[in-house]
This record gives sequence, structure tokens and C-alpha cells, in this order.
Amino acid sequence: MNNNISYESVMSRKSEIMKKAVGIDYSVFEYGKVAFDYERMMRETGYSLSEMQRIQGEAGVGNTPLLELKNLTALARQLAPKGKGARIFIKDEASNPSGSFKARRAANAVYHAKKLGYKGVIAATSGNYGAAVASQAAIHGLKCIIVQECYDSNAKGQPEIIEKARKCEAYGAEVLQLTVGPELFYTFLKLLEETGYFNASLYTPFGIAGVETLGYELATQFREGVGKDPDVVVCTNAGGGNLTGTARGLIKAGAETVKVVGASVNLQGLHMASDEHFNKKSFTTGHTGFGIPFSTWPDRSDVPRSAARPLRYMDRYVLVNQGEVFYMTEALAQLEGLERGPAGNTSLAAAFSIAQEMDQDQIIVSQETEYTGAGKHLQPQLSFARENGIEIKFGDPSEEIPGENIILPKHPAFIKAIDIDLNKIRKSYIKNCLQTSNTAEFENEDLEFLAADTKTNLEFVKMVINEIR
Amino acid sequence: MIAKQGTWVRIHDVVLTTEERAPNIPEDTKKVPLEMWTKGFIIDDGAIGDEVQVKTITGRTVKGKLVEINPYYRHDYGKFIPEILEIGIHLKTLLWEGDKDE
Repeated sequence: MNNNISYESVMSRKSEIMKKAVGIDYSVFEYGKVAFDYERMMRETGYSLSEMQRIQGEAGVGNTPLLELKNLTALARQLAPKGKGARIFIKDEASNPSGSFKARRAANAVYHAKKLGYKGVIAATSGNYGAAVASQAAIHGLKCIIVQECYDSNAKGQPEIIEKARKCEAYGAEVLQLTVGPELFYTFLKLLEETGYFNASLYTPFGIAGVETLGYELATQFREGVGKDPDVVVCTNAGGGNLTGTARGLIKAGAETVKVVGASVNLQGLHMASDEHFNKKSFTTGHTGFGIPFSTWPDRSDVPRSAARPLRYMDRYVLVNQGEVFYMTEALAQLEGLERGPAGNTSLAAAFSIAQEMDQDQIIVSQETEYTGAGKHLQPQLSFARENGIEIKFGDPSEEIPGENIILPKHPAFIKAIDIDLNKIRKSYIKNCLQTSNTAEFENEDLEFLAADTKTNLEFVKMVINEIR
Repeated sequence: MIAKQGTWVRIHDVVLTTEERAPNIPEDTKKVPLEMWTKGFIIDDGAIGDEVQVKTITGRTVKGKLVEINPYYRHDYGKFIPEILEIGIHLKTLLWEGDKDE
């Protein structure tokens, strides 16, 4: 182990630390200037669907209920044009151990770590994933360390993240809580080096493949219970793994015509690395602060090649506002008897709006819920916002300004998912590839890779490259 | 206050001073150090404010300033937000009695 633990020295050892801590040599999959063989990486380093179902099943993960939200559907139909208003369903992922779909990702990652002989796992996450890794580590008898970005410089913590720390500690994990800043990654690398534990990254092939069971289950449950596949699946989108894994699972089930929609909470204008902005936001995940940068540059994650590549699978990308998601969280409790955490309901707010564009015989599904509790519930999150000077009021949520106010819809008719231009996001990704590869000319294999990675075609990629030049 | 050896405590440490912080971060973040809190069993008796060593739950030894003895969770359901009550009442009226606003 290298004894120089200065910031520069540790960061310069990043790739060797990562290689040891993930057990994957990503370079074998890479070719061309930017291209890499994504499917081969998923095949050779991941698990087959049946293996994952067994691994997850043995750890109590998966087979969560699929619920039809009849009252919310009736409400959407009241607001929709005549004949419109698709049936709305929700996949109750809160019933996983640790209370979210992240148990699927963690089950695979921790199983893999154990199989490779690691003594412990480390994850850098302020969210549900930490609790999921901690819970799975407990099941497999591995040690677990979770590193969180939790406080601002006044040591004031986001209630949601503090609750997550409690949950991780409840499963026996060690939790390190840091103030705001991307240098959390430095602490994370130091820990990997010091302990020799496995990096249970959110973005490894086994983690992402773990979510495939969710998409597969969805298709199976719909076929068995309703007699057909859903028309639209809405996924809350942050780092992209939820959407990627779900879409891959749907494809593996042969449900290839299902439209996959990403939904993020609009936090535009708030800088994610800003100490002052940190406690001005009321969502710590599922928001544009992750959704946009991770879509336009997935390889920014803590592994060289992220297995979460949402643009490969996304048919549409919509934004909803904080006020709309809090409102839907309360609506889910009051009209459907399901008290669940706010962040997971991002996709539900979007689904409620999109359902009103669809025919009544169609089906839309919000593919996850998450647990709720002290700190992680609309009451404390709104209370925290008010304490931080954020105005909370009823009105038109489209007028919400992140960091200044939270506008709860004055009527459910004001819940409107706003489309963002997916081609713009795709262009931005291609531009990032050009810049990072520092190349003048892409090979044909690169162009083909970019077409697949953006769910477009060669013409589109060539057009974008010409435009950038 | 003294924490006897073996007591569960919380310690604080500065990971990076303002001078050591990464170059490409926002100005307001650059003005403050990167801080970290950890919990563990204190290795020797120590008082609040002392530099101490702890053994964490995974068995690592970590140094830092003692800030809390027998740390506990203070997060809760927050203060009452009356607006939340209105949502359910409004939605139930809309759904079961029709939209009276129209």
C-alpha cells in the first residue's frame, strides 16, 4: 500500500485502486476512440437472469407486488379529455429488504464481492443504495462502510440523508458523513486502499444487471395478472441504473414495444457541489442534478465504464417539480392507502400526467416505490425546506423556482410532466465523447457505438458531429 | 464531559483544508474545509474537544476530535405543515363528490 495519502497522490492512483476494488479490467472491452463492447461487458462480468433471480431470491429480494392505483386512475380520467386516462399501476419496491429497488443492485454486488473473496464492501452513496448494501452485507456476513455527503458547512444535515445513515447503522454498517464536495471520492479511494474492500459501485455490470429482474418481473406480472404488457413504464432517473436495468429486463422478457420514460425532479439552477445550495433542495436523489449529467456523460461515475447507460434505452425524458412529487406522495397515501417515500414517487407524478395523454385501455406503470419514515417523508422534508427559507405554497408548479419555493399544485390538473428534448441530451453526450477522447476523427466503429449508445442511427451521429465542428 | 475507554462516541475531522480542496469546485464550497464525522468506541479516556482515537464498528482505527458521547439520532417528522392536510381533503372531495370549482 502506498503511504502517500495526499489528495493529488491518492487521486493519481485512482485506476489501480479501482481495478483492485472492482475486480474488472475494463480495458479488455474497449476499442476505437470511445467505443467499448457494452453487451460483452454485461455478459462476461454480469450474471444471467436466472442466476440473478436465484441470488436475489435467496436474499429476500424481488417479487414485489404490482398494484393497480384505481383511485388515482379515476382522478386522472376526471382531468383527461374524453376517452383518455390510462390505467395507472405501481411496482411496490418498498417491500424489498432495506425498502427500495436498490436491494436488487446491492444483492448482486455483495454476492459478487463475497464470491471473489473480499472481506467487506464500500459504497459512496447518500441514498437508498447505502441501506441496501448494508442490508445485503449483513446477510452475507461481510463488513460494510458507507460514505455519505450529508452536511453543509454549518453541520446542518439533510433529514433524508441522516435517516439513511441511521438505517445503514441499523444493519451494522460503518457510516462516514462528510460535508459537501466532490472530493468525497478522495475519502472513498483512501478507504478502498486502506481496507482492500470491494467497491460496491452503483454502476458495475452486476449492479445494473440486478435491476433487470425488476423489468422482467413487471412484464411477467402484467401478462399473468392483466393479460398484456404495459404500454409505458416510467422510471425515476438519477444515475441511470434504474432505467437501464428495468429496460434491459423488459427486453429480456420480450416486451420490446414498451415505451420507457425517464422522469427526474427539476432542480435546475441549483449547483450540486455548492455548499450554500446543498440544503436548498428538498430531493437528494431522482433529480436533474444527477439525471442530466449522468445521461450526458455516464462515465463520470466511480468506475471507468458505467453499466448504467440510460440514453441507450430512453424513449422520452420528462421533468416534474418538487411540489408535484410531494403532492403525489400525499395523494398516494390519501387515495391509495400507500404511505411511501417522496423521491420514489417522482415517476408516479410523471405517470399521473402522462396517463392523461393515453387511451383508457392503455397501461402506464410507475416502476418503484421506496420506504418512508422520520426524516424521509414529505412532512420533515417540507418542514426542513421552510426552516431554510424556502417558500411553500399552493399554485401553478410550473412557476416553481428550485431553491426559492416549492409550489404544490392548487389542483391536480396542474400536475404536468414537461418534456425535455432528448436529442439535445444525446447531442450533449456525443459532444462530451468528442471532447474526452480528444480526437479529430472517429472511426466507423465509434460512430456505430455512439448510435447504439444514444438509441439513434449513424445519420444522426454524423449530423451531430458535423454540427459540433 | 469525559468519555471512558470503550464508550461509543462521535468524532470530527477535517479531511481537506480550504487550501487543499479540489480546484474545480464552486467558490462557496472552496471557502470551507471538507469535514467528516465518524463513530466508534473510544480507545482511551477522552474529554469533549480532545483529539482521540476510536475503533469503528468495522474495526478500523480513526483519529479525530471528540464531539459527542453516546451519539443519538435527532431527526424526526419535522414541524407541522398545514398545507399537507389540504391535499387529501381536496382530492377526496374531487374524487368522491366531483369538482366544485368548475
